[in-house]
Amino acid sequence: MIAIIDYGAGNIFSVKNALDYLGLQNQLMDDPALIEKADRIILPGVGAFPAAMKMLAQKNLIPVLKEQAQKKPLLGICLGMQMLLTKSYEFEECAGLDLIPGTVDKIPVQDRIIPHMGWNALEIQNSCKLLENLGNSLYVYFVHSYMATCENPEHLAACVDYGCQVPALITDHKFVFGAQFHPEKSGETGLQILRNFAEL
Amino acid sequence: MLAKRIIPCLDVRDGKVVKGVNFQGIREVGDPVACAEEYNRQGADEIVFYDITASHEGRGVMLDVVRETAKRVFVPLTVGGGIKTVDDIRETLRAGADKVSVNSQAVQNPDLIRQGADIFGSQCICVGIDAKKTDSGNWTVFINGGRIDMQLDLLDWVKQIEQLGAGEICLNSIDTDGVKGGFDISMLKAVVNAVNIPVIASGGAGKLSHFADAFQETDCSAALAASLFHFKELTVGEVKADCQKKKIIVRS
Repeated sequence: MIAIIDYGAGNIFSVKNALDYLGLQNQLMDDPALIEKADRIILPGVGAFPAAMKMLAQKNLIPVLKEQAQKKPLLGICLGMQMLLTKSYEFEECAGLDLIPGTVDKIPVQDRIIPHMGWNALEIQNSCKLLENLGNSLYVYFVHSYMATCENPEHLAACVDYGCQVPALITDHKFVFGAQFHPEKSGETGLQILRNFAEL
Repeated sequence: MLAKRIIPCLDVRDGKVVKGVNFQGIREVGDPVACAEEYNRQGADEIVFYDITASHEGRGVMLDVVRETAKRVFVPLTVGGGIKTVDDIRETLRAGADKVSVNSQAVQNPDLIRQGADIFGSQCICVGIDAKKTDSGNWTVFINGGRIDMQLDLLDWVKQIEQLGAGEICLNSIDTDGVKGGFDISMLKAVVNAVNIPVIASGGAGKLSHFADAFQETDCSAALAASLFHFKELTVGEVKADCQKKKIIVRS
């Protein structure tokens, strides 16, 4: 059972649709007791970092996410990926879940359209189980204006080029994974990444 | 590098796909969910549903189409047509759309763009525009499927909608739509240069090379076509292969 964390942000139904399509048992949930029983956790998210962290705190989900991330696979998607880091500077300095050391800041380019929206090709930096068997397309779908920076370059599994190196997939190489792109909107490549996550 | 996007558009009325030529002589061609799945197989980078029903019952049918498609197709979905209020936007996104496209409603009520962007984020709000060249050489914006000239200068309008928080522009040229002579390059160029948000070229694709022409001659981010793909004159895959051959970056 994959727990999709339902804390009131973003279009979580597309994540659910993709898991259903793949025949992977899943449930939207916000109850820490249920989350403890799940095999895996997906933390989705669209919107602003401080507001999302506040919603996680209000639902008392921060302790359970931090604790479960030491024991079972956790995949953060988009803003959910950014929340895995130490802190963000979106609007104001705000603490994240601190599961992977690093920060979140504006994409540092002047001459490009922001948000970074569309299909971009993954450049693999460090091997990661989520990137196995992807076939011939490494294109995945992005929509974001802020980006992560990992303190430890080994935590960067893949990046994309948008006038600067944009971290796309990060991992602690244990249980924690974060995708800046939307695997649930990235065609067959994205579905394979979700399958890989379910097989960890 | 971001790939240039190829976007098939499905015009839907009462839950069935149709395609008009110059907004008239509408022909019916099929089940929108099955069409979306086929486009997904062909490598579409995004799929647009344009609801031309506009009636209240029709909207409900459209949302069912979106819901079904979102269960089977895992690329971004955009829904346009008949979206008048923030509640309409919310309903459409909740049904599984990733973006909404507002057109006439945005011209009549520009605040809809600002509200939509504030609540749901700029990335959800695409503004569709139908425009036509005037005798004096500029372009003006039309509403109601190209029927009413609002005497609104196109370049003023695109700058305004960018300021209001639109995340993207889908620019349809009434002059080239349905004519199959290629996208309206001069209009596209003018709009792309006026704003710093992505612009989708729409209206006029008639053969393979028209897509690459739009990408080579302008900095548009995507190109959209409806009838060409519907009537199987071309597949999305063929368009992408042609772009690739011409060193245009597209998603493989």
